[in-house]
Amino acid sequence: MTKKMKLSQLGDILQDLDVESLEGVTIEGDIELNISGGGGLNPALAYALGNEISQISLHMANIGRMLGFPAEQLFASAFGLGEMPQPEALPTSPRIQELLASKFEVSKVDNWKNPIQEVTLGATSGDGGSRKSTVTIGGENALPYYFDAEMPHRNYVTMDVFDMPIGMAKAVKGNYEDVINDPAEWAKKVVRDFNADMVTIHLISTDPLISDTPAKEAAKVVEDVLQAVDVPIVIGGSGNPEKDPEVLEKAAEVAEGERVLLASASLNLDYERIAKAAMDYGHNVLSWTQLEINAQKELNRKLMKQCNVPRDRIVMDPTTAALGYGLDYAYTNMERIRLAGLMGDDELTFPMSSGTTNAWGAREAWMVSSPLKQDSDWGPREYRGPIWEIVTGLALSLAGNDMFMMMHPTSVQVLKEITQTLYGSIESEEIDITNWIGAEV
Amino acid sequence: MKINSPLEAYKFLPATNCGECGEATCMAFAAHLIDRSHKLTDCKPILDAKFKKKYEELDALLAPEIREVEIGVGDKIAKIGGDDVLYRHKLTFFNQTQFAYDVTDSMDEKDLVERVNYIQDFRKFYVGNFLTVDMIAVRCTSGDPAKFAAAVKKVVETTDLPIILCSFDPAVLKAGLEVSKDRNPLLYAANKDNWKEVGALALEYDVPVTLFAPNDLDMLKTLAKTFAEMGTEKLVLDPGTFPTGKQLKQTFSNFLKVRRAGIDGDRDIAYPIMAVPFTAWMAHDDPVSASYWETVVASVFTIKYGDIMILHSTESYAMLPELHIRDTIYTDPRKPVTVDPGMYKVGEPTADSPVLVTTNFALTYYTVESDIASNKIDCFLWAIDTDGIGVEAAVAGGQLTAEKIKKGIEDSGFDMKKDTTHNTIVIPGLSARLQGDVEDATGCNVMVGPADSGRIPGWMEKNWPPQKK
Repeated sequence: MTKKMKLSQLGDILQDLDVESLEGVTIEGDIELNISGGGGLNPALAYALGNEISQISLHMANIGRMLGFPAEQLFASAFGLGEMPQPEALPTSPRIQELLASKFEVSKVDNWKNPIQEVTLGATSGDGGSRKSTVTIGGENALPYYFDAEMPHRNYVTMDVFDMPIGMAKAVKGNYEDVINDPAEWAKKVVRDFNADMVTIHLISTDPLISDTPAKEAAKVVEDVLQAVDVPIVIGGSGNPEKDPEVLEKAAEVAEGERVLLASASLNLDYERIAKAAMDYGHNVLSWTQLEINAQKELNRKLMKQCNVPRDRIVMDPTTAALGYGLDYAYTNMERIRLAGLMGDDELTFPMSSGTTNAWGAREAWMVSSPLKQDSDWGPREYRGPIWEIVTGLALSLAGNDMFMMMHPTSVQVLKEITQTLYGSIESEEIDITNWIGAEV
Repeated sequence: MKINSPLEAYKFLPATNCGECGEATCMAFAAHLIDRSHKLTDCKPILDAKFKKKYEELDALLAPEIREVEIGVGDKIAKIGGDDVLYRHKLTFFNQTQFAYDVTDSMDEKDLVERVNYIQDFRKFYVGNFLTVDMIAVRCTSGDPAKFAAAVKKVVETTDLPIILCSFDPAVLKAGLEVSKDRNPLLYAANKDNWKEVGALALEYDVPVTLFAPNDLDMLKTLAKTFAEMGTEKLVLDPGTFPTGKQLKQTFSNFLKVRRAGIDGDRDIAYPIMAVPFTAWMAHDDPVSASYWETVVASVFTIKYGDIMILHSTESYAMLPELHIRDTIYTDPRKPVTVDPGMYKVGEPTADSPVLVTTNFALTYYTVESDIASNKIDCFLWAIDTDGIGVEAAVAGGQLTAEKIKKGIEDSGFDMKKDTTHNTIVIPGLSARLQGDVEDATGCNVMVGPADSGRIPGWMEKNWPPQKK
């Protein structure tokens, strides 16, 4: 039974088939092409018909080729062409049979010439302190973990301790309920149980708007913490610009020789007093500015030129904003500072510290669920909070941050794991990913 | 792009200052070509045949260093690559990292459809928009082309999201292509063993293809060069994502190297890069640890040059930070971060509705606005001009003061006494210390709202309307 079809239909059918292989194809009967119209055919239609027929013949010839017949030679001789050009789009015959072997090459960055300053925190008995070990940060010759130059020191984490009970996210609070009224025990706990490299004691009760604890009394807490742990410490004020210089002076005095980090000198308080306290009692200064690279340069310059703070006693805190709450500025600000330092701006060649704990200000870190009904379910907050702190810190580690002030033990553990992995000091069993697609998970 | 000053681009333009592109002069338009805020096709005259040569020359000069590759079709089409810089502050990063979440051809149909729907419906409100995820990666774990085709078909029927077909077996990929070919899926992957067959499929179906050479950049470049020679530059490069230890450090180096070489002008390797944080699941048994580690790896490669990635965990505690770190990195640093200061009506406020004050920092404003609107609270909301600084910092820095609040309300022609029945302003909890000052400056009652606008609904229930004194 022969089914009749128009020429163009046959063309369409073949057109849509990207004939690549023939499986069980049989060509039955005669193919009869009956072109009617004769002399009355208009030129456009004739051209169209000609096109259809040629297209079909091409498809047919292609089938012929697959069956092993050298169709191109037939065309060549029929049309008097010497060499038939390879027809376009014949996926059946990959034009390339062998890989084009190639070598990958990339150059190192040539304008990172200026190393970042090394700063040591803490002093052992040999250096006039009582710390069992010290921490050295900085010294980089490249962006962190880059192959351009070995990174001399890993990242370090200093965990927050407060001199009074404060409001905390539930997920954080659960870890500290037993020590919340005892800063010394709190400090012991973060070092012993949570693997803190350092401890930051925040003297927030000194704020006149909170408890207005006298500087002298606050200094006793510092002594307690120095007694309780033998790691280097950071001493933070309350952030009150009138009170902080006095508080940090007294704290510096009782910690004489311990090479603590005084947090912080800033442009909106009497930074000279803080710098002087650091010099008088042998400490380092945290140079804190708010997301402004030029302010950071200005403050560093003032600390060096006006207050004579040596370069190896300055650490910068260019401000940390939480993931989703301005981290884009914080990230880029740090990255620009680090790149400028590496390229030779010696007002910015200092190691950096991040108040990563700020991540807990993000509602995603602490709220039970989204306040917005249109949002997908936010899931359990006890898992959301730590990862918010981790990703905030991780982003800044890639921007060049050296030291992290943190709060949640899980965050500390995971941040250390990833930063030390990228640093290169974590060994682990090799994993074969060649066939990851089929992995059972 | 190969040029970096407007003058170099200007030379090729018609120089008629016709204004059709929306700019007053061709020079202004040239500046926008350099910062990539206009496309060359926005210039209608240069599309004319007589400028053909100049158009082509300029188009080549403006082409981004990293090739742009399209996956999917229609509204959901995804572009990846297209970058010109290594650091976002140098310009901006283009085409944010695309997140694909996996399904397998061994899943029950019901589970598969449910998972695809969950992925395509996932959303998180942020600064006036919803953050969403992008693609479905179908993994062949059965080894059976027919099973794979059935799973792909189900995915195609369930979602318009772009699709990645994952198998190293050309027969499996072909079966998947047959049921998804009009969706321009991404093939994953060609490797040193199957490249001929997978390459033929990519050409035959005219779809983008991933090249996989785990920790072998020579092979990766070899494959890329070979495929380009075969006739396709719709390529995505996967240098392998090893999930732990020294191997992960090496992976990090590989990503840096490939992107640096591409930006530095090695065209043979200037393609978008694929990361597979999924491999975290091969290193961790416990799902929480695996999700955490996957999120960490995803964050690293969102920041450092991953243009597309395949992920497994659909836990919110994985997806939310992934979405936010991507937004962080891809937010255009040149874009203003403020809303216009002034009065905004939320819902249909009346004279009894509360008057709330916030800052004109876009993030703050949109957060407050969405918290109020989604809880159907009608109110007047003022964005006070704080130079785009958030509440807490603006109070500390003096950008949010009683005078600023007074001026903000007056400037919008609003009269607290006439236009409200309560003459009461609610200020943000984080600006509580301004309460007295604002009362003195405006002569209004001032109430202190919650510190987080997410708590406004609860606060309203308790405190609104205000007790008559």
